[in-house]
Amino acid sequence: MSEFEIQCPVPLARHDIIQIAHGGGGRMSQRLIESVFLSAFANEALANRHDASVIQGNGKLAITTDAFVVTPWRFPGGDIGSLAVHGTVNDLAMAGARPIALSASFILEEGLSVDDLREVVRSMQNAASEAGVPIVTGDTKVVERGKADGLYISTTGIGEVIANTPIGPTSVRPGDAILLSGDVGRHGAAIMTAREGLELNSPIESDAASVHLSALALIDEGIDVHCMRDATRGGLATVLNEISRDSGFGIAVSEDAVPVTEDVRGICELLGLDPLYVACEGRFIAFVPDDQADRAISIMRRFSVSSGTVRIGTVREGRARVTLKTQIGVERVLDLLSGEQLPRIC
Amino acid sequence: MRYLDEYRDSALVHRYAEAIRATVTRPWTLMEICGGQTHAIVRYGIDQLLPEGVELVHGPGCPVCVTPMGRIDQAIDLARKPGFTICSFGDMLRVPGSSTDLLRTRALGGDVRIVYSPLDAVNLAAKEPDRQFVFFAVGFETTAPANALAVRTAADRGLSNFTVLVAHVLVPPAIEAILGAPDNRIQGFLAAGHVCAVTGMADYERLAHQFRVPMVVTGFEPADILFGVLACVRQLEAGHAEAENAYARAVRSDGNRRALDLVEGVFEVADQAWRGLGVIPKSGYRLRHSYREFDATRRFGLETDSREPASECLAADVLRGMLKPDACPAFGSRCTPENPLGAPMVSNEGACAAYYRYRPMVEIPVQ
Repeated sequence: MSEFEIQCPVPLARHDIIQIAHGGGGRMSQRLIESVFLSAFANEALANRHDASVIQGNGKLAITTDAFVVTPWRFPGGDIGSLAVHGTVNDLAMAGARPIALSASFILEEGLSVDDLREVVRSMQNAASEAGVPIVTGDTKVVERGKADGLYISTTGIGEVIANTPIGPTSVRPGDAILLSGDVGRHGAAIMTAREGLELNSPIESDAASVHLSALALIDEGIDVHCMRDATRGGLATVLNEISRDSGFGIAVSEDAVPVTEDVRGICELLGLDPLYVACEGRFIAFVPDDQADRAISIMRRFSVSSGTVRIGTVREGRARVTLKTQIGVERVLDLLSGEQLPRIC
Repeated sequence: MRYLDEYRDSALVHRYAEAIRATVTRPWTLMEICGGQTHAIVRYGIDQLLPEGVELVHGPGCPVCVTPMGRIDQAIDLARKPGFTICSFGDMLRVPGSSTDLLRTRALGGDVRIVYSPLDAVNLAAKEPDRQFVFFAVGFETTAPANALAVRTAADRGLSNFTVLVAHVLVPPAIEAILGAPDNRIQGFLAAGHVCAVTGMADYERLAHQFRVPMVVTGFEPADILFGVLACVRQLEAGHAEAENAYARAVRSDGNRRALDLVEGVFEVADQAWRGLGVIPKSGYRLRHSYREFDATRRFGLETDSREPASECLAADVLRGMLKPDACPAFGSRCTPENPLGAPMVSNEGACAAYYRYRPMVEIPVQ
C-alpha cells in the first residue's frame, strides 16, 4: 500500500467537514480525493488517475452493482463502507464469479465529518483487502445538507466467471438440496437495535461478510452448484420465493432447520418480526444435487463465514411456491411480504 | 429461548391436540379474541391439528382494525400540519383512512415516527420543544397502562407540546356485543391472555355466568392455544360455563393492580366507536377531566367524524366472527395487503392479513 501512497502537500485538517466545494472539481476536490480516497485505496490502476481504469479479464465476465444507504452508517459488526464491499463481492460470487475489481461512488452530505469519511473509507479498504479485490475507480459528489443521510455509497463489481455451467434459478432441479450458510437475521437485527436505540445486554453484531471464498470453493472442488443467492433484503424467505418463482419449482423448507441465534430471536419476538424475513449480509443459500449435499456442507463449513452451514430444505416438483414445515409439524405457505415488516402494537 | 420453546414443543402440542380429539363428541365453535392468537393459529397451522367440527373463529382483538377511520383521518391531518409530529406504533401506519394512510402521508412529507413505547414519544417531545408531538394512543387494555404512564409523565414534566389521540377499546363490552347479537354462534371464548394480565378475570367471570359461555384465558404460543381450546371443550362437553385461567404463568385472577391504578388515574370508561362495528356503550377509554389538556382533539379543535364511507369491505362480519376472511368476495382479489379495503388486511393482528399471508395453500392437499 505504501508504494502508491500519495503524500498530499496540504492534507485535510482533522475535524474538517465536507463542503459543497469538495465535490466541485477544484483544489478542494483534489485534496479530498488524494488525502482520503487515493491514500486508502492505493493501487496501480487507481494511481493512473485516468477517466477509467483498465483491467485484465479472462473468459466470461460478470458485472453487478449495488447502492448502500444504511442508517445508521456505523453499526455493531460493520459500517456502510465494509458493507458496500461485501454486498458487491457476494453478488459476484453468487453468479459463480471471482471478483477482480470494484468501483466506488460516493454521495456525501455537506457537513459530514472528514474523520467519519476516513473511517468509512478505511473500513472499505480493509474489507476489499481481505476479499482480495482492488477498488480501481471511483467518483465523489457532494449534496447540500439535508439531501442525504451522511453518505451513500454505490459499488460496482466485475468478476471472472469460474463456473462451467450457468449458476442461477433456471438451473435449479427438483430434488436439489438447499443449504444455508449460517444463522439468519443478524444484520437486520443489528441495524434495528442500533437505529432504535434499543438497549440490550450485549449488542447484536451484524453478519456482514464477504462469502465468496466459501461459495467459490464449492465450484473449485467440483460441486455441481445449480444456484446460489445471498439472503439480503427481505431475508431468507424472500430469496427462497424469488428462486421458486424463477425456477418454476416448489421449495420445501423446515422451520426447525433454520438457525436463528437467541438474541436475534429475542429481538424479533419483542418487535413482532419474523426472523425469516430479516436481512442478512453475510449469508447465502446454495442449491446442489442431493447426492453432493453432504460434501458441499463440509466444504462450506471449512470457512468461518459459513461454519454454521446446514441443509434447510429440498426443491420439489409442482407448483412454484415455498412451503414451510412449522415448528409444530404443520405445513404452510411461506410467502413474500407485502411491504416492510412493521413492529406490532402489543 | 425460555418461556417460548417449551410452548412451541411439537410433542407437547400434539399431545394437547390428541387430548382435544379424545374429549370432543360433537362440533363446537370457539372464538379467540386476540389478533395475536389468530396469527399464531394460522402461522403455525394450529387449527389444522383440531378435530373436524371444532372451529376457531377470529375475534375483534386487533386494535388497529377497530380504530375508527375518523381517528386515522385526524392523525393524517395532524401529520400534514407544519410543526406537528405523529408518533405511532408501526402497525398503525398502513391502516387506510378515508383517503390515504400514515405511511403514504409520511412519504409525502408528513412527520410520522414509529415508536416502540409511548414514553419514547414523551422523550421526543421533551427534546424538540418547538414541535407538537401527538401520540396515537390505540389498543386494548394491554397498552392502556403504558399510554396512561406517558400522559402522566408528560404532565409531571410539564410538557406543553405532547398530546394523545385516543382510540382505546375494551374487550368485555365487545364480547358482550357479540354474545348479545341474535345471530351469535360462538359457544366458548379464548380470552386474550395479555389483556387479562392487566385486568384480571372478574369481567370474564361475570360474562361466563351471564351468558352461560366458557371463558378461558389463553396465551399465545401453540401449546398455550391448544391448552386453552382443550380447557374450553372440556367445559363445553361437561356443560360448564366458567371463567378459567389457562395462562397462569402470566395472568393472576385479580390482574395487575399497579397498572390498573395507573389507567384509572388517567382514563375513564366511555362509549367508543369501533371501526366496522359502530358505537359500543362503555367500550373505550377517554382522558379524565384532569388530563383533558393532553387530549389532541381538544387542544387542536379536531372535529369528530365517525361516519365511514360505504365500502364492499366486510370487516365488520370478520371482526364479529360471522365470516372467515377467505370467504369474503373481495379477499385476495380487490383486497390485498398492498391495496387493502379494510384494516384487517394490513394489520399484523388482522385476520384477513393472516389468511392472506399463511393460507393460500390450505385448499390444496399437501403431497
